[in-house]
Amino acid sequence: MNIHEYQAKEIFKRYNVPTPNGYVAFSVEEAVENAKKLGGSIWVVKAQIHAGGRGLGGGVKLARSLEEVKTLANEILGMTLVTHQTGPAGKLVQKVYIEEGADIADELYLGVVLDRAREMPVIMASREGGMEIEKVAAESPEKIIKVAVDPFIGFQAFHGRELAYGLGLDKDEISNFIKFAAALYKVYMENDAEMIEINPLVKTKSGSFIALDGKMGFDDNSLFRHPDVEAMRDESEENPIEREASGYGLSYVKLDGNVGCMVNGAGLAMGTMDTINYVGGTPANFLDVGGGANAQTVAKGFEIILKDPNVKSIFVNIFGGIVRCDRIANGILEATKLVDVHVPVIVRLDGTNAKEAAEILKNANIKNIITASDLNDGAIKAVAAAKGN
Amino acid sequence: MSILIDKNTKVIVQGFTGKEGSFHAEQCLAYGTKIVGGVTPGKGGTTHLGQPVFNTVREAVLATGATVSMVFVPPAFVGDAVLEAADAGIELSVIITEGSPVRDMQRAKAYAVKKGMKTIGPNCPGIITAEECKIGIMPGSIFKKGNIGLISKSGTLTYEGANQVCNEGFGITTAVGIGGDPIIGLSYLQLLPLFEADPETEAIVMIGEIGGDLEIQAAKFIKEHIKKPVVAFIAGQTAPKGKRMGHAGAIVSGSAGTAAEKMDALSKAGVHVVKSPAEIGKKIAEVLKK
Repeated sequence: MNIHEYQAKEIFKRYNVPTPNGYVAFSVEEAVENAKKLGGSIWVVKAQIHAGGRGLGGGVKLARSLEEVKTLANEILGMTLVTHQTGPAGKLVQKVYIEEGADIADELYLGVVLDRAREMPVIMASREGGMEIEKVAAESPEKIIKVAVDPFIGFQAFHGRELAYGLGLDKDEISNFIKFAAALYKVYMENDAEMIEINPLVKTKSGSFIALDGKMGFDDNSLFRHPDVEAMRDESEENPIEREASGYGLSYVKLDGNVGCMVNGAGLAMGTMDTINYVGGTPANFLDVGGGANAQTVAKGFEIILKDPNVKSIFVNIFGGIVRCDRIANGILEATKLVDVHVPVIVRLDGTNAKEAAEILKNANIKNIITASDLNDGAIKAVAAAKGN
Repeated sequence: MSILIDKNTKVIVQGFTGKEGSFHAEQCLAYGTKIVGGVTPGKGGTTHLGQPVFNTVREAVLATGATVSMVFVPPAFVGDAVLEAADAGIELSVIITEGSPVRDMQRAKAYAVKKGMKTIGPNCPGIITAEECKIGIMPGSIFKKGNIGLISKSGTLTYEGANQVCNEGFGITTAVGIGGDPIIGLSYLQLLPLFEADPETEAIVMIGEIGGDLEIQAAKFIKEHIKKPVVAFIAGQTAPKGKRMGHAGAIVSGSAGTAAEKMDALSKAGVHVVKSPAEIGKKIAEVLKK
């Protein structure tokens, strides 16, 4: 789960990670009120969406008067912001963050992520602040300093020194930086974050450090023990169909093709998409019905797949381990009663109780349901059906 | 022969009396697995599925001599269960539960390594030595005894791969579902040499997916150390970037962890890479008939 910049900064403040003062606004009037509350003569108006690259996309602007705050908030609220992370469709901006201007001497980068290969959190720092970090990593990896922290010992002063000297900071900046990095590591660990990114991390003219931006993502599996984080969920940032699916225990991702897929297991679901592609078709979605699939969830699966008007056929590919095939077969029958399945459904059931499942489908004798003998056969039939053959 | 487990392996079940634990322990017993007891705190001294129940793993190990634990406890308790198993001297812990916090697994695995305990999973179907011992949730009937070792991040692709291999007239020595979480126990790097050393295994099927770089590490290792033929499939060629595909670890971050990158590295290491999982069985037949 991801949160907005203003929410990440709320968490930062609790851990004494310095950030500029600011308030979120949902309307132009509120934006102006916030600027008045902050005082001063320079404000930054920042679009709040779950994607990076907002500045380059025109979603972050500097205002030098309250009038300008009003103009800019009016411009940014309601705009569809397109960045390298939003995809070509962009994202609707529904809130802006009004922040006080900062005294910027230098822009750096600081992030914490899980290093899957080393199996521990790694802190990444770079002097190339404000740049797209993936680009820096690809073009000049030597400009990124990485320090892995073994959670058994936690963040130590030496980790901080490795980062600070690696960045080539001045002597009088080092202790400030180490304090900042230590606090950020604490934010990461105590909130079960998956990643934190501060880009840019600003060094002020007085040699202190401020998080000018803040991006946080969390381990979904840990949200049960962080109700405060869970409360920050912004459902308007999530795909409505994906959200509805997850409410039923289904994992769904929409794609651009026309062959709908309903599969048990994430790996086989991806493998099914790949097979459809391999035999010349295009998958319309990823859908994992999971280990607890029953008639209701399968019926829901059909409903969700059919919300996509591009779907011309549906390939149900189930290899029964935990999910027994007879249950899936009953689910398919049930679904055809609950949902108007107006496209051909190609069914391949294998594994536990596959024979019973085949009997159930055969006896039901429903038109529109085509059985397949194996994965390849099913993919070929589903692609042919989508092409109208 | 086989790797890691055989017909003599003694197993206890953590989360023995729960719904999932009971159902699958019963299936494992029916398959012939020597399940010698289980652990459910508060139910020590009772009997379940004809086997003794203990309050702690330590008691269970002392009383039964079990060396392997199969973990079915709910996600929030997995970290604790694995730490307990490692502390009690278990040699291999097979973690089936899906959805445990990454941080808990990270800590539990680090401790397991320190204690010399191997782990498989979490969020995996488990491990099976065909017709001898099943520790997990896979449908046992599809794993016929044979000469192919199988390593897979995905549960259902494990079944798919094994089924195809058996339909081609071959069989399985041992199949290991390593799980698709960001932090997992035994992986390609530890399992490939075990299959290389196993005299009965003649070829290896490895099934990977997008996310992380375990397959890239495996490619380097195969090039230098593995003489037996390897057939590989990487799931997620058609997956969009930046989207999590069901498994917590199955995500392409930036441009890293794509299927194309992994398939390329494996091909260059001499691995027989197939583009569709439906080709796994045929490719094994082709490779072994040469």
